[in-house]
Amino acid sequence: MADATAQPSGPDGARWSGTPVRRVEDPRLLTGASRFVDDVAPAGLLHAAFARSPFASARIASVDADVARRAPGVVEVWDAADLELPGLRPILEREDFVVTEMPLLAREVVRFAGEPVAMVLAGSRYAAEDGAEAVEVEFVPGEGVSSIEEATADGAPLVHGSARGNLLLDAAMVDDAELDAHLDAAAVVVDATFSSGRLTAAPIETRACVAEWDARERRLIVHISHQIPHLVRTTIADLLGLPEHRVRVIAPDVGGGFGLKCVVGREEVLVAAAAARLQRPVKWIEDRLENLTASFHGHEQRHAVRVGFGADGTLLGLDADLACDVGAYSCYPFTCGVEPLMAATELPGPYRLTRYRARARAVATNKPPIAPYRGVSRPQITFVIERAMDIAARRLGLDSVELRMRNLIGPDEFPYRSASGLLYDEGSYRASLERCAAELDHATWSVRQAGARAEGRLIGQGFSCFSERTAYGTPAFASRKMAVTPGFESAHVRMDASGGVTVAVGTLSHGQGHETTFAQIAADELGLRPQDVRVVEGDTDVTPFGWGTFASRSIAIGGGAVKRAGELLAERLARIGAHLLEVAPHDVELADGSISVRGAPGRSVAIAEVARVAHHAAHRLPAGTEPGLEVRSTFDPPGTFSNATHGAEVEVDPATGAVAIRRYVVVEDCGFVINPMIVEGQVHGGVAQGIAAALYERLAYDEQAQPLSGTFADFLVPTAAEIPRIEIHHLETPSEHSATGAKGMGEGGMIGAPAAIANAVSDALAHLGVEIVEVPIAPERLLGAIREHPASVSVGGLP
Amino acid sequence: MTERHRVTLTVNGTEHVVQVEPRRTLVDVLRHDLGYTGTHVGCEQGVCGSCTVLLDGEPVRSCLLFGVQAEAADVRTVEGLGDQEHLSPLQEIFSSSHALQCGFCTPGFLMLATAFLRDHPSPSDDEIREAMSSNLCRCTGYQNILRAVRRAADAVADPSTEP
Repeated sequence: MADATAQPSGPDGARWSGTPVRRVEDPRLLTGASRFVDDVAPAGLLHAAFARSPFASARIASVDADVARRAPGVVEVWDAADLELPGLRPILEREDFVVTEMPLLAREVVRFAGEPVAMVLAGSRYAAEDGAEAVEVEFVPGEGVSSIEEATADGAPLVHGSARGNLLLDAAMVDDAELDAHLDAAAVVVDATFSSGRLTAAPIETRACVAEWDARERRLIVHISHQIPHLVRTTIADLLGLPEHRVRVIAPDVGGGFGLKCVVGREEVLVAAAAARLQRPVKWIEDRLENLTASFHGHEQRHAVRVGFGADGTLLGLDADLACDVGAYSCYPFTCGVEPLMAATELPGPYRLTRYRARARAVATNKPPIAPYRGVSRPQITFVIERAMDIAARRLGLDSVELRMRNLIGPDEFPYRSASGLLYDEGSYRASLERCAAELDHATWSVRQAGARAEGRLIGQGFSCFSERTAYGTPAFASRKMAVTPGFESAHVRMDASGGVTVAVGTLSHGQGHETTFAQIAADELGLRPQDVRVVEGDTDVTPFGWGTFASRSIAIGGGAVKRAGELLAERLARIGAHLLEVAPHDVELADGSISVRGAPGRSVAIAEVARVAHHAAHRLPAGTEPGLEVRSTFDPPGTFSNATHGAEVEVDPATGAVAIRRYVVVEDCGFVINPMIVEGQVHGGVAQGIAAALYERLAYDEQAQPLSGTFADFLVPTAAEIPRIEIHHLETPSEHSATGAKGMGEGGMIGAPAAIANAVSDALAHLGVEIVEVPIAPERLLGAIREHPASVSVGGLP
Repeated sequence: MTERHRVTLTVNGTEHVVQVEPRRTLVDVLRHDLGYTGTHVGCEQGVCGSCTVLLDGEPVRSCLLFGVQAEAADVRTVEGLGDQEHLSPLQEIFSSSHALQCGFCTPGFLMLATAFLRDHPSPSDDEIREAMSSNLCRCTGYQNILRAVRRAADAVADPSTEP
């Protein structure tokens, strides 16, 4: 592993980009000098708590808040009738999409347990919770649906009357009239249904928001733990009927997001509405019960597929029926289409596939809505395809790595147009698998496994290969047809009179270290050191409009905007410096804090001196040069594909069914790496979440759609005891679509892990006929398989 | 529940007197009554350990204690370890090891590791892993937290090696 303390020589020809520069964020986070939302405490603060539905599906007969209003410390209690505010209406402009509205407080009906019915404002959180308990709501419980199977059964109760069959989206994404003939002719067809359990991002800092009314400027200031401050501003302004310049949104230090905080929640809008209405500051900090049962979930999917292979292992065709349990509403602004559309578009993955059909459904249930959560469908589709590869290899008597090599898109085939219409830029699909197989000494695996089995040990090795579209620009999102179309990013770079640089970007770091990596990029363009550059994010008053941080976009898109703005400022500096040095602009270069005449080392002017002139002696600027040193740029790439292979070795305990991971290897390619220390950290965290999805985490619901996972003792976020050492190797195929050559990489760690582990566990138990078709993998099911030795079983998760 | 009790406690060497409701948690007293906002709340269920502080030297979940239980106690929080210009050796190694990403759980891990390294000056890797499994981190996969604690232990054993 790289020594994180190493500093590049920088000025001596080396670039800061590509080196493990230590993070400038760390000192404040290590000492308690950080500022998270709950640390914001304006005078006169009110605290919000919510009375929530205990039923998954019910009619609200009455809400009586009289007792609650008289509770000590309670200032206001509002239900839906008190609000007179519209709800959140996310829209996909597709005929097969059903628009639903998520009211800020439930009106007339509740559609999941935990849905807020009344908001209580009090002088302390303790008093607010007392008040929330005192709100008397009369519910008339109805029949809820708790699963894809129930929701799509004939005669199932409807979550929304407008959504027939509980389908909020039913998209025939891709079709191929020849597909069935090809599957009929296949030597092997893997015909199976794969399921993935319901998860949630569970950042350690829950959702949080403090809104205050600025009486001096008569506008609203919202501090929020969020990934997209400008989206929050638009949403609040729209719903409250304010112009956006009357709303300032500040995201200070953000304690993790993983997608949960890239959507706008009803509670956050309500806190803003309350602050505006009462002209008092209002705080709401989500508690963990709310976070697990009433925020946003994801990844609960069921895919029925038929995957055909020729006798030589050639992938012949893929027929997929993809269903996502999207809960009771659409998330704003991405909609409940976010998972099914992603799944259908990217299911073919890194393999050469010409025959493809996909139906993708968003199925409404009486559970909390989904939001993007790290990986968005890619962990599930990778699980499907990679399991199919291993099952096919076993049935064809081929080595699973060899089967993959025969089907992976080769280096001479890029750019490659996928069966779903995506254009893959160059990647290292085969090289990453070769490297991962070598690292795990795959060539000797069958011998080692046979030896272990002879000793009664159950060991398995599994791989997963994937490609992932990252850095979605506007065109990529536009094809999804969201009414709100994200994509581009903006950077504003200015140099002050002392030569200090401030870079303001619309992205929003919540652990990714942008204050460091963007400073590296800017410093390289300007011939400065990263410490000369201050990066600012997370304040709509200070940063240019931008789309925040989600979907593995920031380093590729935001970094591209920073690089372009840096180039513009460097040109301006060179022009002024050359004028002061009395040479032509193309004869100077920026390095080591100076502007020097090429080939004449003694002739130079300090960049700080140029900065002084640009501000304080504008009469010395070359004719036609604007005073000051401020530039802006935007960047909007078409998207670029990262890729990786994950490999795992596991051992299943025959006495307990528990799975221990003996080795975990990642060979990843995210193009040019700006800061390898940070990239490895992102991979580590993603793999841990992927291992969690494979073995530990699941939000359980009973048949009445009652949540059973309300604490971290039920939703098993892994600890250091469960996560093994993760070995990472890098390949670098620079992207031609990002200004820096970087590709996105925030999600990949999570994408590969469930499949690699499921393949390894299936390999360990292959001689018992076990094929894993569901994650998380439940030890008791494995134990049953081990004890029964059935000829062939499909092992699912918890019942 | 509005009856209040007078509590005297010492935080990072400074004595404080507060009037608190009996049900008010220690972490709320520290954060909201006394301004030690470096200690964070992650679950209020006693699982995640983000609120870990040292109470008379021992790591505790300050969300599971009431403020009144800290009467006459000596509390140490992350603010007592070092400041931005003078990081403690453990804080320094956390940074050089990239043992933090969003940083929200970090103060809890620092307090946990501070007490652990004091009590286990030459820990094995397994002991480090077991001790650090008390707390949850959602960003790092624990890789670099374990590495940082290993390096901090090695630095105590041989000060010439670190940081």
